[in-house]
Amino acid sequence: MSAALRFERAAVRLGGRVVWSGVDLEVEQGEFVAVLGPNGAGKSTLLKALLGLVPLSHGAVSVFGHPVGRGNADVGYLPQRRRFDPDLRIRAVDLVRLGLDGARWGLSLPSAAKQRRVAEIIELVGATPYQDRAIGELSGGEQQRVLLAQALVSGARMLMLDEPLDSLDLNNQQAISELIRGICKSQGVTVLLVAHDVNPILPFIDRVVYVAGGHVPCGLPDEVITTDTLTRLYGAPVEVLRASDGRLVVVGQYEPVSHHADGH
Amino acid sequence: MFGGLLQFHFMQNAYLAGTLVALLAGAAGYFVVLRGQTFAAHMLSQVGFPGAAAAVLAHVSPVLGLIAFCVAAALGIGWIGRGLEPGHRAESAAVGSILAFSLGLGLLFFRLYAGSAQAMYAFLFGSILGIADRDVLVTLAVAVAALIVLAWVGRPLVFASVDPDVAEARGVPVRLLSVGFLVVMALSVAITVQIVGTLLIFALLVAPGAAALQLTPRPLLGLGLSVALALVFTWLGLALAYFSDFPVGFFITTLAFGAYLAVRGLKAVRAWA
Repeated sequence: MSAALRFERAAVRLGGRVVWSGVDLEVEQGEFVAVLGPNGAGKSTLLKALLGLVPLSHGAVSVFGHPVGRGNADVGYLPQRRRFDPDLRIRAVDLVRLGLDGARWGLSLPSAAKQRRVAEIIELVGATPYQDRAIGELSGGEQQRVLLAQALVSGARMLMLDEPLDSLDLNNQQAISELIRGICKSQGVTVLLVAHDVNPILPFIDRVVYVAGGHVPCGLPDEVITTDTLTRLYGAPVEVLRASDGRLVVVGQYEPVSHHADGH
Repeated sequence: MFGGLLQFHFMQNAYLAGTLVALLAGAAGYFVVLRGQTFAAHMLSQVGFPGAAAAVLAHVSPVLGLIAFCVAAALGIGWIGRGLEPGHRAESAAVGSILAFSLGLGLLFFRLYAGSAQAMYAFLFGSILGIADRDVLVTLAVAVAALIVLAWVGRPLVFASVDPDVAEARGVPVRLLSVGFLVVMALSVAITVQIVGTLLIFALLVAPGAAALQLTPRPLLGLGLSVALALVFTWLGLALAYFSDFPVGFFITTLAFGAYLAVRGLKAVRAWA
């Protein structure tokens, strides 16, 4: 089985600054990978390089064995964002439909097959009860489910999720993480999830990629999520504890004090 | 009572041109409001005035001045707003600056122009009751061309309007569409403004779309409603102007505003109940 994505000695330079370099990374199909790191370290840039939105200054990157490029239906992308404007008057189901054929020019005839596909994927993420409501009226958790459906609807085999848990409450962070894990395993979808808070996703992920200090190491959660490694990567004291039920919990100064975006 | 309405040729032409402009403005207006670009629409409908005045001063056809000014303004805000979401603060600041400057120019050209004020007045408020057959044909051509373009780009334009980041990742040329939409709007305004006037274009570019989007979050239904409302306002406004003695522009803008107010009121009452 070929790798879902592969970076080879990759580097990105933005505005004269090297964001990261010498990145060698391979992710297998069907893996759930967390991309962690401090704000501004280039986590979002990593996703954008995979989407072909940011060019590499050195090295190579491929997705499912092909060079990257925009408009790849294999890849579903969920950008880092604020909530939708409360006044945005378009239904959730329409937003999902745009993920299917929103990039196509010209008129289209009504298609029962497309409607079925949209209904099916909305069912999968559990958004059916509010699919006919305007997206701006939905809660943060509901909006994330709709956006997941939009990212998946074209038959994507890889999901790139940029801080999808940001601005959600704890219950929703858990529920969405669990949903993503379920989709990853039941549909064989490779998932790259960018997060700045590791705790909510720690029980669900297969591997961890760290973006810090211009380098991008990766490893199993048990190897990387240790007091020593995290303290070194963040350059600030971080402690990893084991809760009574065996789960790892990360505490330390790196935990975001405020929830503003890191802008990359 | 309505029997005599279409008895005269000038009223037939007014209805033909009004219907075409309403179709175009209703459809474009849906996107204007969805994109949050009502201020840009305002600017594009006003900026034609100094353009036309400049053309009159330079002894060339006013249409040339209209097109030059409207398209330049569209490209200007498209360039300043590149990389921003439509309706963004920086865009509206740019729109406001260009608008103020263009009105200043309009004032200057108006003062320099020694002819009658009537010609200038027509650009601002239209002369829909004095439309020649040739004007109807020009309006028809512009409306058909612009509607075909809108139908062609409609779906990616909605995508780029509501979700620009994902649209871009999926291969939609978001910036090109943004500028392209403004240019289509500019051309439509430039050609039709001398027929129906700045005031009417602007009223029909915003109020029907705003009311339609309040009424439904379904894109196709919203688009249809926006066009239907624009048509109703225009037809009723023309009839009211014919049977009373007040200007068309007043009636159409009042109907449009009334409908928008009613829809908002209805929503407020529903939310409160």
